[in-house]
Amino acid sequence: MNAALIAQALVSGLLIGFVFALIAAGLTLIFGVMEIVNFAHGEFLMLSMYLSYFLHAGLGWDPIAALPVNAVALFALGVLVYYALIRRVLRAPMLAQIFATFGLGVFLQNGAQFLWRPDFRTLGDTWVTGRIALAGVYVSGPQVAAAAGAVITTGALWWLLSRTEVGRALLATAEDRQAASLMGINPDRMFALAWGLGAACVGVAGALLSTFYYVFPQVGGVFALIAFVAVALGGFGSVVGAFVGGVLIGVVESLAGVFVAPAVKNVFVFAIYLVVVLLRPRGLVGKQ
Amino acid sequence: MKAAIAAAVAVAVLAYPLVVRGPYPQHVMILVLLYALLGTAWNILGGFAGQISLGHATFFGAGAYTSTLLFQHAGLSPWLGLLAGAALAAALALAIGYPCFRLSGHYFAIATIAIGEIAGIAVTNWELPGGAVGLFLPIEGEGLAAFKFGDKLGYYYVIAAFLALSLALAAWLRRSRPGYYWRAIREDQAAARSVGVSATRYKQLAIAISAALTAMAGTFYAQYVLFIDPPSVLPLSLSIQICLVVVLGGAGTLVGPLLGAAVLVPLSAATSVALGGSGRSLDLVVYGFLIMLIAAFEPAGLVGIARRLRRR
Repeated sequence: MNAALIAQALVSGLLIGFVFALIAAGLTLIFGVMEIVNFAHGEFLMLSMYLSYFLHAGLGWDPIAALPVNAVALFALGVLVYYALIRRVLRAPMLAQIFATFGLGVFLQNGAQFLWRPDFRTLGDTWVTGRIALAGVYVSGPQVAAAAGAVITTGALWWLLSRTEVGRALLATAEDRQAASLMGINPDRMFALAWGLGAACVGVAGALLSTFYYVFPQVGGVFALIAFVAVALGGFGSVVGAFVGGVLIGVVESLAGVFVAPAVKNVFVFAIYLVVVLLRPRGLVGKQ
Repeated sequence: MKAAIAAAVAVAVLAYPLVVRGPYPQHVMILVLLYALLGTAWNILGGFAGQISLGHATFFGAGAYTSTLLFQHAGLSPWLGLLAGAALAAALALAIGYPCFRLSGHYFAIATIAIGEIAGIAVTNWELPGGAVGLFLPIEGEGLAAFKFGDKLGYYYVIAAFLALSLALAAWLRRSRPGYYWRAIREDQAAARSVGVSATRYKQLAIAISAALTAMAGTFYAQYVLFIDPPSVLPLSLSIQICLVVVLGGAGTLVGPLLGAAVLVPLSAATSVALGGSGRSLDLVVYGFLIMLIAAFEPAGLVGIARRLRRR
């Protein structure tokens, strides 16, 4: 095993890990505020990737330039899903909540397959196409751009939550719904906001991924499963935990793919999860 | 009243394949009974004891692979293979439960997903159980002893018998000590512990029984379809489907899994006949939409609707 190979695997793992982290951050925000796991998270990502594809194919808009469009569109979708579906299951048992979002995921995934066929699509060249060499390590332009965009967006989300009035209101609602509403915070609007922001995160991630990943109806499943594990690995409800979890999974997956075999790389991802939660039952960052 | 309805349903189920002769309607009904069995098994852990498993395909696969491999390599009767598969699944379940029952809620559910996915990837990349290619079951002999039948009728009554046995076991467990302990653990584990219920031991009991019954269904599936591979017996989608049957019908009740299977299986068969076939999966669009509707408007499942109707 030479150092260059290890460095290459580490860098590739870190880059994709940042994108995992952003997807996981959206998921954990929704969970943190209302204790609901969004099983349609991957399908939100898939819709965002199709949006990038159609804007690029139809109007010639570059996915990086159109990124705000994805963020706004997915924010709207998140809010819509909250008011149309999630609000009805807020007080329902956990199983009903799981199946409300799971049903939504099945609906969206197969709706996409019905409308757009199961074909794998690619965008072709974008602004960020290309390759960069850094001290013997090769990285592709789209992956660097995706990682940078993901870090900036995750950072912005963290800043919003910890440094702004709205963020504090969100965290207060997460802490204690009733106390927050006594302080004049409308929990309903905070929940809608959490869904909007959580979906906007995958909106950004989808635009970034579309520059180098295939766009197809089942693409969300690939990332959603990893995002669930990243969220649980870090500790449900913690953005910092989701970030740590996402990056860790990216690196583990990449190293296992290079040094063991690409076919079994996810075994290591799931094994890491099991080891971590068995040692720390509420994740790396969660309160034990 | 209840007993009369139960008897009427039992007679109807037994008479069905004698009246309805078409192989396709009989096949759909066999799937209904199979999913009712899977739901009943899952319900013991998920409904009675409140531990949500999204990895039950692992146990289904253990049953399907164990009996098939023992038959192919050692010539062992599938009936003995069924017992071996159930024992292996129960042992696996205890090995999974021992560390994982320290986790609660979503952490446990995601741990079961992780284990299920590891099992799927492991079998796909392992030569002995056929890897990604899968295993074909050789057809040697027919009849009850060989666990192979020339028509659907034999399979129909075998799965009906499995279901009846599992239901009887579930009903008995529910009304005996473990059933009450499970309910206490489900409602409030700390409170159950404080009055001396060994939560871990009873959760282990629940997962072992649940896994063994699920493995029985797996052996049946292998004997019925005569071909198994990881995407058909070990996928996450199967684990979720099993859970869905119970949630749709009503978790924690005896009739819930039966109702859920009786609605879900024909529904998915009918939508795929009416809307599928084009390869555009309109059937699953409708299916997903219905799941959302039920979750949003009747979180207690079909049992909840039935209760509400009776109260009128």
